[in-house]
Amino acid sequence: MTEAGPARNAGTGKGQETPLPAARRREVIRQAWSVGGATGAYGVSFGALAVAAGLDVWQAQALSFLMFTGASQFALVGILAAGGLAAAPAAVATASMLGLRNGLYGLQTSLMLGATGLRRLAAAHLTIDESTAVGIAQPEPPAQRLGFWQTGIAVFVLWNASTLLGSLLGNAFADPRQLGLDAAAAGAFVALLWPRLRSRDAAATAVLAAFVALVSAPLVPAGIPVVLAAVAAVVVGLRHPGRHERPLEGGDGILTGSDPTP
Amino acid sequence: MWLVVVTACVACYLLKLAGYLVPERVVSGERSGRITTLLPVALLSGLVVVQTVAGPGGQLVVDARVVAVGVAVGLLLLRANFLVVVLAAGAVAALVRAVGWG
Repeated sequence: MTEAGPARNAGTGKGQETPLPAARRREVIRQAWSVGGATGAYGVSFGALAVAAGLDVWQAQALSFLMFTGASQFALVGILAAGGLAAAPAAVATASMLGLRNGLYGLQTSLMLGATGLRRLAAAHLTIDESTAVGIAQPEPPAQRLGFWQTGIAVFVLWNASTLLGSLLGNAFADPRQLGLDAAAAGAFVALLWPRLRSRDAAATAVLAAFVALVSAPLVPAGIPVVLAAVAAVVVGLRHPGRHERPLEGGDGILTGSDPTP
Repeated sequence: MWLVVVTACVACYLLKLAGYLVPERVVSGERSGRITTLLPVALLSGLVVVQTVAGPGGQLVVDARVVAVGVAVGLLLLRANFLVVVLAAGAVAALVRAVGWG
């Protein structure tokens, strides 16, 4: 990977910085690729669900290549599966709102990376839960940059490869409902939500959002109940000052309160 | 369908890029930070409900999906891996349907 070089050199404009010892480099790279392997594998389920939702193999691949943010991808195909093209605006809105957090990660990683030009555009694309987590978990700046780039590239490569595998597998089956793929999508959303329910605010938000979706589902077109559920975040976020979410912590490559996909 | 795919991809990329271009003070308010953190929780919770109990016309139906989601929650309580949860949910629903319910 050529990115290892730039990651090490990116800080040369900011005063002298001791280069990373070889042992630490290997350690960071190993962590990055193990996180990439664990996360990337979940692309299989995305690929299968995407073709079950009516996307073709190319469209599923385009999402993993160009959108490259797991929860948004699952949400987009989930809503399209339920509501078809009529639900497209709601599907795009939901995917975008779920992608908003990557922008927040970018606020931190942009300071950490100090990337400019094309490299900044690439860094933005690779800004996901895992690359941010591994990056900010490293104590020394060169390791932070190496961790971010290596994890971003590892997840990108493996997520895309496994998406292709999943969509080809999914295409081999005629009736997705018989296989329980609609329920698999529900299971995926539960599994994406689960690790985020760590604070009382989060639990309150989830309950309120579920209620809003339940009540509105029979009344409004497909996709809209999910958009309406977003109001729960605003309501809970504006109340109860003091019961905060914990700040971002990288830990072992997993951000506090993030889900297990990119 | 391509239009939907590309529009959503562009929107998500621009949001990522915004983090690199927007000065931090514009978005770093405590309240807005809290709302942004809770937003995925609200959306995913809404998605769980819709994907589990909404029928084709939005009416509420109890079928194999409810059983599958119950199993998914059980597995998550046992700290099961993401892929295991997704596969089990699909398999349980397929089984329940094969037996002739939901």
